[in-house]
Amino acid sequence: MADQAVRRPPRRPRRVRTLSGVDVLTVALMVAVPTVVVVGLVWGPALATVLLSFTDWNGIGNLSEINFVGWQNYEDATTNYPPFGPAIRHNVLWLVVFFVGPTLLGVILAVMLDRELRGSRIYQSIFFMPVVLSLALVGFIWQLIYSRDQGLLNEVLGLEGGARIDFFGNPDINLWAVLVAAGWRHTGYIMLLYLAGLKAVDPALREAAAVDGAGEVRTFLRVIWPVMRPVNIVILVITVIESLRAFDIAWVINKGRNGLELISTLVTQNVIGEASRVGFGSALATIMIAISTVFIVIYLIQVMREQK
Amino acid sequence: MTAAVKKRRKPVRPARVVLQAFLIVMAVGWIFPIAWAVYNSLRDFDYTSVNGYFSVGGFTLDNYVEAWSRGEFGQSFYNTAIIVIPSVLITLLLASMVAFVLARFSFPFNLTLLALFTAANLLPQQALLVPLFRLFLNFELSYDVSDSGSLYDTYVAVIAANIAFQTGFCTFVLSNYMKTLPRELTEAALVDGAGVLRRYWQLVLPLCRPALAALATLQITWVYNDFFWAVAFMRTGDKMPVTSSLQNLRGQFFTDYNLLSAGSVIVAIPTLIIFFVLQRHLRAGLTLGATKG
Repeated sequence: MADQAVRRPPRRPRRVRTLSGVDVLTVALMVAVPTVVVVGLVWGPALATVLLSFTDWNGIGNLSEINFVGWQNYEDATTNYPPFGPAIRHNVLWLVVFFVGPTLLGVILAVMLDRELRGSRIYQSIFFMPVVLSLALVGFIWQLIYSRDQGLLNEVLGLEGGARIDFFGNPDINLWAVLVAAGWRHTGYIMLLYLAGLKAVDPALREAAAVDGAGEVRTFLRVIWPVMRPVNIVILVITVIESLRAFDIAWVINKGRNGLELISTLVTQNVIGEASRVGFGSALATIMIAISTVFIVIYLIQVMREQK
Repeated sequence: MTAAVKKRRKPVRPARVVLQAFLIVMAVGWIFPIAWAVYNSLRDFDYTSVNGYFSVGGFTLDNYVEAWSRGEFGQSFYNTAIIVIPSVLITLLLASMVAFVLARFSFPFNLTLLALFTAANLLPQQALLVPLFRLFLNFELSYDVSDSGSLYDTYVAVIAANIAFQTGFCTFVLSNYMKTLPRELTEAALVDGAGVLRRYWQLVLPLCRPALAALATLQITWVYNDFFWAVAFMRTGDKMPVTSSLQNLRGQFFTDYNLLSAGSVIVAIPTLIIFFVLQRHLRAGLTLGATKG
């Protein structure tokens, strides 16, 4: 392993001595250029977002005209901004539904398809197919099913005239309709990741469990699940982050209004919309950063542990 | 399918039959939305409006011709190519450079750097929106180069955002991959007096071809599918890449569902081709990132 050298200091001096002056410069550039890109265009802006969230900048004036306003933007968001409450509720609902729906289903499908089964590869391909479509396009494709006038679902339900339902338009149900469509895509993703994890499980473990007379369910719960801990964490983090990032499908349907408010759409409306409330939009974005940071840290701890 | 199961030498267990039945139902349900779009994209609007969508007949290819010109897909596919090709190439170049250093040298900052890169891809895109939007808007360019007089509303802005956002993930995958390469290889080259650049370009990169192929496939799909950056940083409709142009196509297509179907299929075709031809690489790319090695 490459990292062994880190823990065995005696090897390091030898390695460094083999670098010529040109090599040192090369290595420095190989690290510096990508780092500048990622820090400059990802971490710098993320930090700037947090700082701007404490200001009243409207985006037009000079940077020198910025006033620090403390927690004002956060107060406005929570008390004086009607879409905020719904957006938070929708994101939480998205997360919960994704966990009990697509994520769980993806895991179950992976466990089913992991065994020797006729047509396993074909099933895997079919469930994986929606993953290559963008969420914006998924919105288009499901419009064919959900639409009030020409949609399949209304036809199947036999609804006529005024009784017809606009699944993407009705604010009471459109989030659920969107969740079904988005879940259709998420399931295959989780299935694939879990399947890869299951394939990596040492077959000897299963054999040992089988010899001990453990049934399939028991084997999974007692033997496989604990070994899958790293994959479980990856799936947890991916589901949370994807739920927080949900944006494209709501934006393509109605720009995140009327029942489809999400934090991501509120940020976007406030920043690129006509209003251009930069400080306020930054406060909303900072809430997203704060939540994702928790899970990014969980993910990093897991990943870095594996690096050792 | 039950007949197929019976052919197996093992005795048929009822659980297996139930499992197969469940999977068949699920698979049919899963493929249905795409199949429905394809089916109706091939049918005449006048025919389906008289006979309903639950009918057979009225087959035509006209919807594709109509959707292609109304959606101005010629232009938007061209725009997508302008964005995807440099984004993916530069992302892989930058990522492989850092990954090489992380995998082949043991500097004290290695782990920190790896964390810095890996985490970058996990932030929500909106977290970067405000500063990047302002940065591009205030980055003044001559009007000869940019119609907006700034980086805003240019391909460069969208490409830069894509590169910055995707480099982290690729770095993580590539550095893990490079660490699995036998160390003796580069050490032998070291004895031959090969410099760092040669070891990177002529020795390690060619060995990483499987990982690079997997990542390139995945990145092409992701950048093609990216909706947000162009929506955020572009204003001019005829500069929009395919996926982002969907936000403007609603009005064009949502009155005629055969046209909407055809438009959806047109947008799906590139990634579906990748799916059918390069599925192995796609899966490898995704799973290399999530599970180690």
